[in-house]
Amino acid sequence: MIRYVVQVSFTPNLGVHVDVTPLDVDGRTVREALEAVFRARPRMRGYVLDDQGRLRAHVNVFVSGQMIRDRDLQSDAIDASTSLWVFQALSGG
Amino acid sequence: MEDKDTVLHIATRKGLFRYEQRASSWDLAGTAFLGENLSLVHVDPRDGAVYAALDTGHFGPKLHRSEDGGQTFEEIGLPAYPAMPEGWEEMPQFDGKPITWNLRMIWSFAHGGDDQPGRLWIGSIPGGLFRSDDRGATWQLVESLWMSERRKGWFGGGADAPGIHSICVDPRNSEHVVLGVSCGGVWRTQDDGETWEQKAHGMRAEYCPPEQAYEPWTQDPHCVVQCRDEPTTFWAQHHNGIFVSTNDLESWEEIEGVQPSVFGFPVAVHPQDGKRAWFVPAQKDQHRIPKDARVVVTRTKDGGKSFDVLDRGLPAPPAYDLVYRHALDIDASGERLAFGSTTGSLWATTDGGESWTTLSTHLPPVYAVRFADR
Repeated sequence: MIRYVVQVSFTPNLGVHVDVTPLDVDGRTVREALEAVFRARPRMRGYVLDDQGRLRAHVNVFVSGQMIRDRDLQSDAIDASTSLWVFQALSGG
Repeated sequence: MEDKDTVLHIATRKGLFRYEQRASSWDLAGTAFLGENLSLVHVDPRDGAVYAALDTGHFGPKLHRSEDGGQTFEEIGLPAYPAMPEGWEEMPQFDGKPITWNLRMIWSFAHGGDDQPGRLWIGSIPGGLFRSDDRGATWQLVESLWMSERRKGWFGGGADAPGIHSICVDPRNSEHVVLGVSCGGVWRTQDDGETWEQKAHGMRAEYCPPEQAYEPWTQDPHCVVQCRDEPTTFWAQHHNGIFVSTNDLESWEEIEGVQPSVFGFPVAVHPQDGKRAWFVPAQKDQHRIPKDARVVVTRTKDGGKSFDVLDRGLPAPPAYDLVYRHALDIDASGERLAFGSTTGSLWATTDGGESWTTLSTHLPPVYAVRFADR
């Protein structure tokens, strides 16, 4: 079985609040990768997702350079050995 | 007046500021969260803890607590709304969209009574009331209120979604709690949140058709306060007027004709004397600037029969400072008050408002002002 290694990186602006050191996780979808991140860093969840598990309005997630399409469930598939970026939107400051 | 340091916490659009008064001089003693948007600051006199509510633009609301008087903070638990039950429908708001069950902003904060160690309350936008019994480590939604059909009738006032901006924990009985809701009237529980009743009878809404003007459910109190030592007295700065209740919320009485205006956001009541209350008026709802560009405080000492217009030490016209609902505070003595404006000015008095001292005219927009001793 192939182990998916997704490197998750974060906007340094989030570092004011939580640990933003990049980390490698396993996941076939963006949500699976994010859940793996949250298991390692529980406080990160509330900064990235809202109460209902949707991507926060002013947070963007990119997979291999592409913005994800499913902001509600983050069901976008990811390939093995890809990179995932958690950014803030230009709005919201 | 006692000769001790007075500490004042200021929550702004771009950070938390702490002022201290030594002798007669006010000094900026410290800052926290510089650059961050704060919606509230609260001091719990039971243990001295300072709570700061952040409203980060990108990453949502957050809550922090300080155990050292506001010098250092640690992030604590945050209220969260549950998943919406299958088939549940919310009312469309003014933007045509129903609210979603997400914590948009921490809009009010209160501590419980001495008999409820660890008890805290949060009122939020879009209208959820949350309770903690462990100093904010965990929070529970008060479902008796949130799941009620009447709550679904709340609608946005100043914000797009409705919210709870005032929480009064009754000094006689900690299980009695009063809420001010924009827009949704005044709500009271007398059983620690098990059941709720509407207590806005007597308030008048100019923004409703005449036949609905006295409908309590649609009232927009901007701020509701309760007198500590005369707790049957409540004051409200309402969207279109000033109201007082002296019969423990059986009814509200409108105070008319107050000059220069009855419009505004904040109100403070003297902790010992329910007849004394302070307001910071603005012209009217569609002109949220001081009337004649003159910043004044209005004060009654006789329960609203007469008002003094206080401006000694406040800026000469033109000045366009607007003061939000949590940006006026009174300390435990009842002599010290302070208020801050959306243009970043901050003033304080030690003589009940007779004269004011300017602490700053260059802060970020001020959202909340709280004395450490209140």
